Amino acid sequence: MGKTLYDKLWDQHVVKERDDGTALIYIDRQLLHEVTSPQAFEGLRIAGRKPWRLDANLATPDHNVPTTSVERESGIEGIQDPVSKIQVKTLDENCDEFGIVEFKMKDKRQGIVHVVGPEQGATLPGMTVVCGDSHTATHGAFAALAHGIGTSEVEHVLATQCLIQRKMKNLLINVEGTLGAGITGKDVVLHVIGIIGTAGGNGCAMEFGGSAIRSMSMEGRMTMCNMAIEAGARVGMVGFDQITADYVKGRAYAPKGEHWELALAAWEDLKSDADAVFDKVVEIKAEAIKPQVTWGTSPEMVTTIDGFVPKVEDAKDDVEKSAIKRAHEYMGLEGGQAITDIQLDRVFIGSCTNSRIEDLRAAAAVAKGNKVASSLKQALVVPGSGLVKEQAESEGLDKIFVEAGFEWREPGCSMCLAMNADKLGNGEHCASTSNRNFEGRQGYGGRTHLVSPAMAAAAAIAGHFVDVRDFQLAD
Amino acid sequence: MKPFTIHSGIVAPMDRANVDTDMIIPKQFLKSIKRSGFGPNLFDELRYLDEGQPDADNSGRPLNPEFVLNQARYQGASVLLARENFGCGSSREHAPWALEDFGFRAIIAPSYADIFFNNSFKNGLLPIVLDEKTVDTLFKEVESQEGYSLSIDLENQVINTPSGQSIAFEVDAFRKHCLLNGLDDIGLTLQDAEAIRQYEGQRRQSSPWLFDQVK
Repeated sequence: MGKTLYDKLWDQHVVKERDDGTALIYIDRQLLHEVTSPQAFEGLRIAGRKPWRLDANLATPDHNVPTTSVERESGIEGIQDPVSKIQVKTLDENCDEFGIVEFKMKDKRQGIVHVVGPEQGATLPGMTVVCGDSHTATHGAFAALAHGIGTSEVEHVLATQCLIQRKMKNLLINVEGTLGAGITGKDVVLHVIGIIGTAGGNGCAMEFGGSAIRSMSMEGRMTMCNMAIEAGARVGMVGFDQITADYVKGRAYAPKGEHWELALAAWEDLKSDADAVFDKVVEIKAEAIKPQVTWGTSPEMVTTIDGFVPKVEDAKDDVEKSAIKRAHEYMGLEGGQAITDIQLDRVFIGSCTNSRIEDLRAAAAVAKGNKVASSLKQALVVPGSGLVKEQAESEGLDKIFVEAGFEWREPGCSMCLAMNADKLGNGEHCASTSNRNFEGRQGYGGRTHLVSPAMAAAAAIAGHFVDVRDFQLAD
Repeated sequence: MKPFTIHSGIVAPMDRANVDTDMIIPKQFLKSIKRSGFGPNLFDELRYLDEGQPDADNSGRPLNPEFVLNQARYQGASVLLARENFGCGSSREHAPWALEDFGFRAIIAPSYADIFFNNSFKNGLLPIVLDEKTVDTLFKEVESQEGYSLSIDLENQVINTPSGQSIAFEVDAFRKHCLLNGLDDIGLTLQDAEAIRQYEGQRRQSSPWLFDQVK
């Protein structure tokens, strides 16, 4: 019987099987950031332990960092919030003390940890990658086994280079066909979450396959794997192919020379065998996917741009009925309301889901020659890393955004979770390229609508949601 | 970690599916570099009528009288009864830290998000899975009877109800062992240090590029 990609990655990393069905799994790469690591380092210190393998770790601050250039010029001292400042400082001190490589705030390689890892080639096919952040699933786009962990596990990996794991089930999301113009990985993954639900992938490693995925860019694949966790799957993954190899080649941490040839030969097998058996398969037709917009307070509360906010009476049971009712109240929406009628206050283009160069290009193509609607209070573009920012500026994307009335910021997690100063006001509606529309996620009382970068840019210009497929591009 | 053997306590019902970790502990409180002190901000946005700030005094804040943990009958609750997919979203271990700091020792729900489930065991918080029908019955019993308490016996994997009923539950053997004894699993893993070194040596041979030093 053939093996799935997950089976192969699992088998390659088992250090020891235990009698109770768990296994000790070796971790090749740990990414660290300031929010979920301080207590782990503190734990090491208290126990008098040292990191097992320093070069397996890479750190960068991202959640708390300010994104205006004025604040950023003075590094940590520029952070206005004293509590945030201590947290970023603590990461610097811990990395210095233990000898872990860190891209500090003023380093141009700094950025959102899930953008930085792949960009540096620190995420490689065949690796196990962990980070104290649920969106670590992103790295699975490289045929890696990657998932989020809690702080106790961050400490465990630092101290032992291993995790105690129980094997998950295999779930295949098979997307066959050709995506329509203007349809991105974000629309595909939101569509999938709408079908299987926010707990649909619980206990599963979710592989994305099918012809639509095979022809998708690495950026699109990263967006999809990033949001596997929003369907409950800790792990999202895509098999290795030429697109993966082309993306990895030449990056700072990628193997060079003879090691590159060796690696490439090993990576060829990092895909599910044709006769692999999955515990569950979900078939998706690529042609049927339209631009997606979330209307509620869970990523599964999603519909299409030509859709409507569901009514309470559409619910299948009492639990869903009360969830829809509560979402209506929180979002200030009514059942039956057209998605295109939702008026927006802010637009956010960024986050580990959609802040890579391709995302910014897609948004800039829509913004070019247009103006942000005067009804909007703010439209933010926050690149995922210093290097993405540099690349975008070399292509003139920053000028396009600024001329259209967007603010062009410094890299960080920013308004995705509002741990820095970028946040929504109470009751404000935001078209956001991030990953979670939970209550209060982007600011106290804030109302989030998840969309693709092009849809967010189009919404910024119209002041409400519009179908990006009807949008006239400048060239 | 505090060992968990037998625990009896008042049950508070959280009648809502997909309770996410942003709801359990909002992001502004994640700026702390400590493991403790999150209890006063557990469910902050549901519990209070204003916006909470880290390091602030919570005693004078307006409470939301509708919220379950603010109701007199649930004061001192240490068992949380919840709905499906509890703890979804972010991997923040601050969520079990906040629940534990508030005084919860166990949660009962039909299902949990994977990372939250894992994190709970590391902090002496026992997440129990019961089928939806049993959970439904417990919700009805809790709501109809003030001071409703459950006794949870981890060793024997059984929950005893006030009416004398016993409900069995499943728990992973290794996690049960750690929880019963309050064990830190880093120490246990390090007992396998030789196996880890051996694996690492083989991997260095078979996949040398994974050990390249970046200049």
